[in-house]
Amino acid sequence: MAVLLIAEHNNNDLKAFTLNAATAASQIDSDLHAIIIGHNCGDASKKLSELPVIKKVLSVDAPHYENFTAENFAPVITKVAENYSHIVCSANTFGKNLMPRIAAHLDSSQVSDIIKVISQDTFLRPIYAGNAFATVKTNDSKKCITIRPTSFDPCESSGGSAPIENAEAGEEFSNTKFIKREEVKSDRPELGTARIVVSGGRGMQSGDNFKLITEVADKLGAAIGASRAAVDAGYISNDHQVGQTGKVVVPDLYIAIGISGAIQHLAGMKESKIIVAINKDGEAPIFSVADYGLEADLFEAIPQFMEELNKLNTIQK
Amino acid sequence: MKILVAVKRVIDYNVQIRIKEDGSGVVTDNVKMSTNPPDDNAIEEAVKIKEAGKAAEVVAITIGEEKAQETLRKALAVGADRGIHVKVDNIIEPLAVSKILQKIVDKEKPDLVFMGKQAIDDDCNQTGQMLSALLNWPQATFASKIEVKEKSLEVTREIDEGLETIEINVPAIVTCDLRLNEPRYASLPNIMKAKKKPIEEISASDLGVDIAPRVEQIKVEEPPKRKAGIKVANVAELVQKLKNEAKVI
Ligand SMILES: Cc1cc2nc3c(=O)[nH]c(=O)nc-3n(C[C@H](O)[C@H](O)[C@H](O)COP(=O)(O)OP(=O)(O)OC[C@H]3O[C@@H](n4cnc5c(N)ncnc54)[C@H](O)[C@@H]3O)c2cc1C
Ligand SMILES: Nc1ncnc2c1ncn2[C@@H]1O[C@H](COP(=O)(O)O)[C@@H](O)[C@H]1O
Repeated sequence: MAVLLIAEHNNNDLKAFTLNAATAASQIDSDLHAIIIGHNCGDASKKLSELPVIKKVLSVDAPHYENFTAENFAPVITKVAENYSHIVCSANTFGKNLMPRIAAHLDSSQVSDIIKVISQDTFLRPIYAGNAFATVKTNDSKKCITIRPTSFDPCESSGGSAPIENAEAGEEFSNTKFIKREEVKSDRPELGTARIVVSGGRGMQSGDNFKLITEVADKLGAAIGASRAAVDAGYISNDHQVGQTGKVVVPDLYIAIGISGAIQHLAGMKESKIIVAINKDGEAPIFSVADYGLEADLFEAIPQFMEELNKLNTIQK
Repeated sequence: MKILVAVKRVIDYNVQIRIKEDGSGVVTDNVKMSTNPPDDNAIEEAVKIKEAGKAAEVVAITIGEEKAQETLRKALAVGADRGIHVKVDNIIEPLAVSKILQKIVDKEKPDLVFMGKQAIDDDCNQTGQMLSALLNWPQATFASKIEVKEKSLEVTREIDEGLETIEINVPAIVTCDLRLNEPRYASLPNIMKAKKKPIEEISASDLGVDIAPRVEQIKVEEPPKRKAGIKVANVAELVQKLKNEAKVI
């Protein structure tokens, strides 16, 4: 039986991580279909059909799917699941919210947040904030899997032309009502996919000082990250949080400024290729994962850092 | 309203875990255990709602071995009225936990079930959503703000893009984020008082649900270690290394 990928999108475009999830799903089985559920999501369906790894697209379009409410999505996917061996989605807030509902309907014990496909039923996943890796084998006939998007490369996004089939919409779930979404818009790269991430922690001391992080990020064309402590203190919004209970990032360069390096923070960034830590406490645990550690007061170091960066005539973006 | 709160006993978040040499799991003997952190937020929120006169009873439930009672006692000490301990000896999966919770919900008929968004041991992030599917109730996951209305809740959820607000009719499930509130500490007198609050013990086998594991844990191992880095003397050296050695800027 084929594998079914649940596409994440905003009704116009695919979300970037759909491409990573498609790669993971295609490693389970090359017979890969994708389902897209939304409202007026024809453009996104078309883009999905262009992913060369996808053999068929199921599109479900109705007004009550506009806001991606899991209670509306789950019955639709549960119904089409009879034709599939695996249901796959990204382990981000969209997939975390949705997949367990499907798994429960299918009486399947979900495998969350896999980082490697070992075989069709065996997967590698981090547990305990990434301090251990577990190899797990699921014995359910329908396998519900969420994947950690940063552990898989994005698939090609063009060249394919899978047929798009319309599938039947389900009823509206009336006990959940969407009210609003407050998205933080910015021109900076997305945190999850950025090549460089500059993160600030409690050491920044205030939201105002966080502007120093913004300056460095803008200079480097980087995304902005933060520790939970910085978000809790209101220096920056929750969508920037990196860690066990925030986002996982794997950039080429991660710069942690005024962050101590608690295991819950490391869980979200320690796979980064190069890690830089700037901290005035030489014993801070962040130094144990840093390729380059600078023991310094950040309020002196950041202006110097900007000065040195300005001296470079080329900065890769 | 009546609120049921699910609390799990896990290795304390400050403990650096150790992996068993035979790869069968993580060492838990003689390791400090605590309530799963967001479950503390779930209890706190329920107790606050009760204190505001909007709930009549807060019932804490845990599913686990004998010692999981400690987790219930802590919930009772910060304001839950009574506890339910469903005894199981082995680790059970979120699907099985949600089936047990469904049975308890059928019996207790709460208006709300509060839980943590994620257990910090298995990092599954499944149980609340599964329970909600089994009951066909609305779900508000990753809640960072809850406003109780007449027969509904307005909940702010933390999502990757920012924040989302939804309204869910009761009965409903809420899974809590750490930012929902600031859990209180139990005072000594309240810890003493909690010892007298009732805990009902139920054996999982009496509930008639199949809790056998579906997912085999084949091996648990150390993640690959990063190779040790260096300390640089100053910012100029840092930038030079990033440019010429790591070639990332
Ligand atoms: C269940 C659970 C989940 C969690 N999930 C996450 C998560 O997803 N992400 C996360 O980040 N945290 C998470 N945490 C919190 C985590 O345990 C830490 O509390 C948090 O990461 C600390 O943030 P911080 O490093 O910014 O603050 P602190 O630990 O307070 O560190 C601040 C650092 O700044 C340095 N500093 C201060 N002033 C200066 C200066 N002038 N110049 C240079 N350095 C300076 C200090 O030396 C210190 O090392 C979680 C906790 C729990 C219990
Ligand atoms: N054994 C258990 N006993 C009580 N509550 C549990 C148990 N396992 C999970 N939960 C609840 O479900 C939440 C999410 O757990 P998980 O799906 O394992 O990440 C936890 O924060 C608890 O509120």
